[in-house]
Amino acid sequence: MCLGIPGQVVAITDAEQHLAKVAVNGVQRVISVRLLAEQNLLEGDWVLVHVGFAMAKIDEREAQLTLDQVKKMGEDYLNEIDAFNSSQIA
Amino acid sequence: MKFVDEFRDPAAARALVKSITRLTGDDEFKFMEVCGGHTHTIYRHGIEHILPPGIELVHGPGCPVCVIPMGRVDDAMWLAEQPGVIFTTFGDMMRVPGSSGSLLDAKARGADVRFVYSPLDSLKVAVDNPDKHVVFFAVGFETTAPSTAVTLVRARQLGVTNFTVFCNHVTIVPPIKAILESPDLRLSGFLGPGHVSTVVGTRPYRFVPEVYGKPLVVAGFEPLDILATVHMLLQQIRDGRCEVENQYGRVVREEGNLAALKLLAETFELRPHFEWRGLGFISQSALKVNRNYAEFDAEEVFSMPGVRVADPKACQCGEVLKGVIKPWECKVFGTACTPETPIGTCMVSPEGACAAYYNFGRMHREAAQMVGESAGV
Ligand code: SF4
Repeated sequence: MCLGIPGQVVAITDAEQHLAKVAVNGVQRVISVRLLAEQNLLEGDWVLVHVGFAMAKIDEREAQLTLDQVKKMGEDYLNEIDAFNSSQIA
Repeated sequence: MKFVDEFRDPAAARALVKSITRLTGDDEFKFMEVCGGHTHTIYRHGIEHILPPGIELVHGPGCPVCVIPMGRVDDAMWLAEQPGVIFTTFGDMMRVPGSSGSLLDAKARGADVRFVYSPLDSLKVAVDNPDKHVVFFAVGFETTAPSTAVTLVRARQLGVTNFTVFCNHVTIVPPIKAILESPDLRLSGFLGPGHVSTVVGTRPYRFVPEVYGKPLVVAGFEPLDILATVHMLLQQIRDGRCEVENQYGRVVREEGNLAALKLLAETFELRPHFEWRGLGFISQSALKVNRNYAEFDAEEVFSMPGVRVADPKACQCGEVLKGVIKPWECKVFGTACTPETPIGTCMVSPEGACAAYYNFGRMHREAAQMVGESAGV
């Protein structure tokens, strides 16, 4: 029940009542974006949706950074292992 | 979303596992994942089985369905059975056992119990049924409480008079403290809750390194997030650091969600103490609708029995919630207690450790395939 799913803002449907239409996995529905009232939400933004509320903006760039970091660390390490494996000490 | 798939990238997972294995060496570490969502990911993707044997993940108390004590479920059933009441709840709460069955049983006996996706849906039921009284069974940590807060504000704005909230919202820091104070567990660090932290931020956890000397890394919910978090915890320990770090930066900000925190302060107050299933009373660990919104507080509007009920004897949920035993070590696990006929709460929600293990306990083969034999599986 603590599930949060990423959704993309399709349209701000009622700015005064803080309602927006959000697409989650191809399904669109209106949710409350009141908890992000101060964050200047725009069409196209990604948000974390929980029990019909947008809880947080998802930073795509940050997401990409995390991924790159993880991958880089992985590659570095894999390279190191490969190098280690291929070394032959006389 | 494109990057969700990438957070399941087997090559990255394999590399991370290798790096974790190197950092672990011959030592042993015990990390607690506080949040039920993490427990679910860990079992669903068989993460325990791809980590080196020196790493043990223990499950914490962060499943709001699991920690609701029996007495509160009985009160919910009592409310549901009052004449003229429509009782609304998240689906997960339907099967939580009280002392005379669950809300599902109450429904079968004729009570008008309805499942809702959002507290705002519940408010809609109230608007659509002016001759009935609608109660919303509010459960959840700080992740969910702001949604209830907005619903209270909206109810007032709409002038609704047939809607109340039976508030069982709980807070995350007190149970972490209770676990750190308990002598049965020697933990090396915490995977901090992800979605709760979108609201509270990362600052409230500072006492964990500062007072108790344990690292805590706020973690996301994809398999790679869990692996990366374990990696960050080990790196801290190997570097001789001990701090709060945030692996879930794509969603969680250090300061949390200020609008949500403001709404919580406006509509709720801390209870002096609250009973947690299996953990007993923990002080200042739960929220109550505050005086300004008393007309929407089911506890003020109805006089519920409010009887304390002891957990069933066979149930070892308390030990599971504290990470003292693994789900399968409970005597009734998988025999008398199954997701179809739960005895304890941990078997009800998919985020409960027992249900997660029951459903996905056999996932380790798939996990082994994901990272390949080379990862030392
Ligand atoms: S098996 Fe059932 S009774 Fe035992 S700890 Fe798990 S949920 Fe509780």
